[in-house]
Amino acid sequence: MTMAATREGKRGRTARLAPYALVLPGWLWLALFFVAPIASVISMSLMTGGLAAGYTFTFEIGNYARAVELYWEQILRSLLYGGLATLLCVAIGYPVAYWIAFKGGAYKSTYLLLVLLPFFVSFVLRTISWGFILSDNGVVLGTLKSLGLLPGDFGVLNSATAVVFGLAYNFLPFMVLPIYAVLERMDHGVVEAAHDLYAGRVQAFVRVVLPMSLPGVFAGVIMVFIPTSADYVNATVLGGADNTMIGKVIQTQYLVNNAYPLAAAITFILMAALLIGIFSYAKALGTEQVMEVQAR
Amino acid sequence: MTRRLTPAQAAFARGLTQPRLNRRSMLGLSGLTAAGFALSACGVEGQGGESTSSKGFWDDKKSNGRVNFANWPLYMDPGKPELKAFTEETGIKVDYDEAIQDNPSFFGKIQPMLAQAEPIGYDLMVLTNGIELNKLIGLNYLAPLDHSRLPNFAEHAADVYKKTSYDSGNRYTIPYASGITGIAYNPEYVDREITSVADLWDTAFEDKVGMFADPQELANFGLFYTGVDPADSDQRDWIAAADALQEQRDKGLVRRYYSQDYIQPLSNGDIWMSMAWSGDIFQQNAEEGTNLKFVVPEEGATLWSDNMMIPSTAKNPVDALMLMDFLYDPEIAAGLTEYINYITPVPASRGILREKAAEASGDEKETLERVADSSLVFPTEEDYAKLHDYVPVTSENEEEFAPLFLAVSQA
Repeated sequence: MTMAATREGKRGRTARLAPYALVLPGWLWLALFFVAPIASVISMSLMTGGLAAGYTFTFEIGNYARAVELYWEQILRSLLYGGLATLLCVAIGYPVAYWIAFKGGAYKSTYLLLVLLPFFVSFVLRTISWGFILSDNGVVLGTLKSLGLLPGDFGVLNSATAVVFGLAYNFLPFMVLPIYAVLERMDHGVVEAAHDLYAGRVQAFVRVVLPMSLPGVFAGVIMVFIPTSADYVNATVLGGADNTMIGKVIQTQYLVNNAYPLAAAITFILMAALLIGIFSYAKALGTEQVMEVQAR
Repeated sequence: MTRRLTPAQAAFARGLTQPRLNRRSMLGLSGLTAAGFALSACGVEGQGGESTSSKGFWDDKKSNGRVNFANWPLYMDPGKPELKAFTEETGIKVDYDEAIQDNPSFFGKIQPMLAQAEPIGYDLMVLTNGIELNKLIGLNYLAPLDHSRLPNFAEHAADVYKKTSYDSGNRYTIPYASGITGIAYNPEYVDREITSVADLWDTAFEDKVGMFADPQELANFGLFYTGVDPADSDQRDWIAAADALQEQRDKGLVRRYYSQDYIQPLSNGDIWMSMAWSGDIFQQNAEEGTNLKFVVPEEGATLWSDNMMIPSTAKNPVDALMLMDFLYDPEIAAGLTEYINYITPVPASRGILREKAAEASGDEKETLERVADSSLVFPTEEDYAKLHDYVPVTSENEEEFAPLFLAVSQA
């Protein structure tokens, strides 16, 4: 009897612990590749010292004050460029996803492949190629200028316009794919039902399709806004003297200036700014939508 | 310095590697430099003599028959003819690694090991004069050179490379290759002769000027503009220079602060003039047929060097020292120069390039002559007189220096 009870208890304990054991690899992964680096960046951001003399933990909050004082402009500029690029991606990506999902027919996967195709070429090379294309006397502007369609001193390269377009171009597939995934799974019956209830095409879209596709848009916005705001390649290659983004500042502070604590502080401020942006956006869109996306 | 292209860009930019490889046959390289090694036994007096620390360092060191060499990409013909000649000559095997992409990150990589007095895996490395090199010297991370074993250097190096402000008397370093940071302009768009740093501040070139993003390079030009020699500048001069650069920026003159990719926009006409490295302009003109002009401005320009040095923890310092000296043989230096197209510290290699050109024909003759005749590869006395060293930035004053100029280039 006692033995049976013990065995029973053992089995019960094993059963209770099993889910935790199964989730352990996931936790370890997170601990190793997320918590540890974040913790090391946080502690670095509160240190003082130099590369040669070594760094000591002094709880130096001043790093954050300095980062904001020196680079608030670049941080705001990055969020602005990222936001504009994201809007541009929605404006271009939604119709593309809609068309592929509803009108793509048998060639859906071919069209999706076409959207992804540029990704087979290195990100940096593609951006550099845009530099050639947008050059003042390059294939596009040079031709238009020689036809007299543009004034001779017109230029796009090394401007905010070039940077935002470059960002939107490079991250467009991240917007198209999640929206497509949601639209593709949508039951077409509901659209027909809307029509049966005397909704026009516009009304059916605005009141039925659009609300149902918002989780896809939300996912796309997150996947575009975060990397575009932190990107430095586009601003470096396509931007000019007035378009430095915060990613480039962080890179310089880490690698050129070796100012690790300051760079870590900027990194954290950027993260905080992005999180605040994302959560206010989630709030505006309705929290259930976010949970729905996260549940997938 | 980050002047070189990444390997991918390089392959792209330099579709001409193939003829180079073919042209550079192994013929004529071996057996030319026995003299150098014979001399080391005779105790030829090197410059500067040796300090006691140098003697102490070398006392118990001997050749191990191998050397690990860390260098920058595109700094030696891919066929490594110079290293093969060295191995043939001495029996020492060389492990060549294009491990250095830029100074700060390479310094960041080796610094922790040097701080622990551990070997870094390389016996010979090449770094540019500048903050990182000053730190390596200041922290005692480099082996003091034994000049009695550098007879080729003593005989063949031009004087200017023996009295640099960053390592006077070459106690720790000798140059591998050098270059000038000056002004390049595209005469297709600029219809007058550019002669001075002040031209970079001329409002006629609004939005058509390229400047360098690197704080040290940018600072040097701000200092020239305000009439100060960078090597003799102090904090007050830096602030004035940063103000002048800010003014240039506020006037809308600067299109972009370039890290290294200024050549294409300059050739295309996106920018009309730019701070530039001599070797880049030479190569662009030679390989792309452009007609870019390079100027050593009247206010001054900087001479920089990528320097060879031995980390104090090197396992094979004697072999590294032998290789350093070998590369100063004019014949070997000529081969390097023909490939690198930057300034060689060995003026005698010019005669050798001319001899080679006289024997060669066709394309090869033309290339050799172009290198030998170029004032970008062999600067004139007049040019040399206008060249200055960098601002002496160390770990002590770095905090006052770099942020001033980063605030201009990254606003």
